[in-house]
Amino acid sequence: MADVFSRWKEGLARTSQAAFGRLAGVFGATEIKAETWDELEALLIQADLGLETTAEVIDSLRAGVRTRGLRRAADLRALLEAELRARLDAPPALEFPARPTVILLVGVNGSGKTTTAAKLGRRFADEGRRVLLVAADTFRAAAVDQLQVWAERLGLPVVAGQMGADPGAAVFNGIQSAVAREMDVVLVDTAGRLHTRYNLMEELKKVHRVAGKALAGAPHAVWLVLDATTGQNALAQARAFKEAVGVTGVILAKLDTSARGGMAFAIRKELGLPILFAGLGEKPEDLTPFDPDAFVKGVLAD
Amino acid sequence: MFETLTGRLTQIFDQLRRRGKLSEADVDAAMREVRLALLEADVHYSVVKAFIARVRERAVGAEVSKALNPGQQVIKIVHEELIATLGEPAPLNLSGPKPRLLMLVGLQGSGKTTAAGKLARHLRQRGERVYLVAADPYRPAAVEQLRTLGAQLDLPVYFESGLQPPELTARAFDKAAKGGYTVVIVDTAGRSQLDEALMNELQAIVRRVPPSEVLLVVDAMIGQEALHVAEGFRQAVPLTGLMMTKMDGDARGGAAISIRAVTGVPIKFLGTGEKLDALEVYNPERLASRILGMGDVLGLIEKAEAAFDEQQARKQAERLSKGEFTLADWLEMMQSSKKMGPLSQMVEMLPGELGRAARNIDPREMERSVRHAEAIIRSMTPAERRNPDILNASRRRRIAAGSGTQVQDVNRLIKQFREVQRLMKTVQKTGGRNLTRLFG
Repeated sequence: MADVFSRWKEGLARTSQAAFGRLAGVFGATEIKAETWDELEALLIQADLGLETTAEVIDSLRAGVRTRGLRRAADLRALLEAELRARLDAPPALEFPARPTVILLVGVNGSGKTTTAAKLGRRFADEGRRVLLVAADTFRAAAVDQLQVWAERLGLPVVAGQMGADPGAAVFNGIQSAVAREMDVVLVDTAGRLHTRYNLMEELKKVHRVAGKALAGAPHAVWLVLDATTGQNALAQARAFKEAVGVTGVILAKLDTSARGGMAFAIRKELGLPILFAGLGEKPEDLTPFDPDAFVKGVLAD
Repeated sequence: MFETLTGRLTQIFDQLRRRGKLSEADVDAAMREVRLALLEADVHYSVVKAFIARVRERAVGAEVSKALNPGQQVIKIVHEELIATLGEPAPLNLSGPKPRLLMLVGLQGSGKTTAAGKLARHLRQRGERVYLVAADPYRPAAVEQLRTLGAQLDLPVYFESGLQPPELTARAFDKAAKGGYTVVIVDTAGRSQLDEALMNELQAIVRRVPPSEVLLVVDAMIGQEALHVAEGFRQAVPLTGLMMTKMDGDARGGAAISIRAVTGVPIKFLGTGEKLDALEVYNPERLASRILGMGDVLGLIEKAEAAFDEQQARKQAERLSKGEFTLADWLEMMQSSKKMGPLSQMVEMLPGELGRAARNIDPREMERSVRHAEAIIRSMTPAERRNPDILNASRRRRIAAGSGTQVQDVNRLIKQFREVQRLMKTVQKTGGRNLTRLFG
């Protein structure tokens, strides 16, 4: 646990240096003034929390300050931390209801699906599960090769679709092969697609349906991989993918960049989707279960 | 709830338009909304602040033109300031001795490799001899990805394993020079601007082979962080331009405003799709108009032009000028409009009132009815297509059976056609003046 925690701190250290150094300024002021609220608003918006969440957080803090009769800006800090923390859940325990349990990874282009698929594969394999990777991105140049290279490095089996072939076929073959080989988990890496592309979203629905035809009840989970640098569009993405293929959880990739991932709050609130994992670095072990305490502490650390 | 910037500003300015006079309070109310809209579009907090201050100062000031009402005046100022912030379009710098080095840098997943393919295609069309360099030895299969794109374009891609990117780039440059290539495009690895080792590597590349262009590739969906990313890259390497990718999504790309405002680096290209021809030369008016709710009418026209068969168009125009518009013409129109891309995407580009109305149409429903219309017209004889007046009940039954529709579907289509025909006559008489009101 201590190890995981230090990874969070390491991963987020750069984030906080770049963006949250100013927090000290806000909370260092002696009295809570009108400017304190303005600065707080600026900070939250710059962390990509969005207008609505920012307004809610500030309203709630104002109420807290009133009821508790707080005067010093320094007292706001604990209140803010608690407020943000209350808006996130610890990730639910992962369930593997079937053998194999089929997990579909979806998301827009460049969000980090393939890397995440590999990292998840390594994690589940380390837990003693038999993992099969399915490369179903038959559109983007060399996407299949990318997952194959990963699979080789990690010593995991992979079923790959042909470039330009129907992704549904790759998924069907992958799941059938997993059944035959008695795998525990199938991780399907789908092609990136913008959520506004009608045809591509229809294609994804088809992939989802085909999974169910290959194995009743599949896919058992659909995880949206979200680039932590994404701004307000993240909510539109999450909403569209949830509508199309019933996303069940979110993975926040690239949280080790300077991004703060503030849109996680809105996604949690409006869509009720839990954040399951966070990507905190390039190495396979850098994908860790989402830790809301560390997340909030990390973003508020000076 | 989370409307796009376009919708939001349209709404605000609709309110302003309805007022006769504009008070300071009105300007303030408008500015509050503009501020919210810009923040929702991911324009950076500090940039929004400065922008609002500039617009307010001008709006509340004395310069009231007699030609405009106060609402129009505010729109004009916001529009002008937005265009000024976005800046003039700058062409690629292709001067100096050949080959010229063009470098693409950016975060992981921003779309550099695809952008490299698009730029290569674009430059080759302009007569350049393009040499691609895969300078990303880190991400699995990144080299393979560029090779695949190179193969599609029939362009050489240089890579040698075991070489560090600076050395690799230098060797590629020498090879390109010897081979008579005129442009070398270097696709670098994705990196965070906070990753010192990798930023040092970029600097080392630039020292080895001074580039003519260093383009920062940024995902249009990026949030507030865009500002720090751009600043970080600018401090490390001499950025010369910005390319916004994934502009075909519904993110308004407010980051373009932030990056532009803070770095002063001009925006040069927009990526608008996954295919290699989905590259647009940036146009500030158009981007500002899109942001301001005037829709991307220019973009729509360009798409229409691209999908148009000139000869066919000339034939059609001739017939139209004689007041002849037949079902056969209509069928051709439907087919060429299909080439413009999915309806849903075109709807995104429509301005104001029209755009709002169109967004309520289910594109699936739309596409189905177009398909039905096509089937019905195709089930007609050439004579029927030329002259629908001969369509009696028996002919209509035959057409319905032939197209797998009902007679009332055929009737509805004929009725619609009459309306289109009438519209065409109006356009012809007025030169389209009545239609422009739709775009107000």
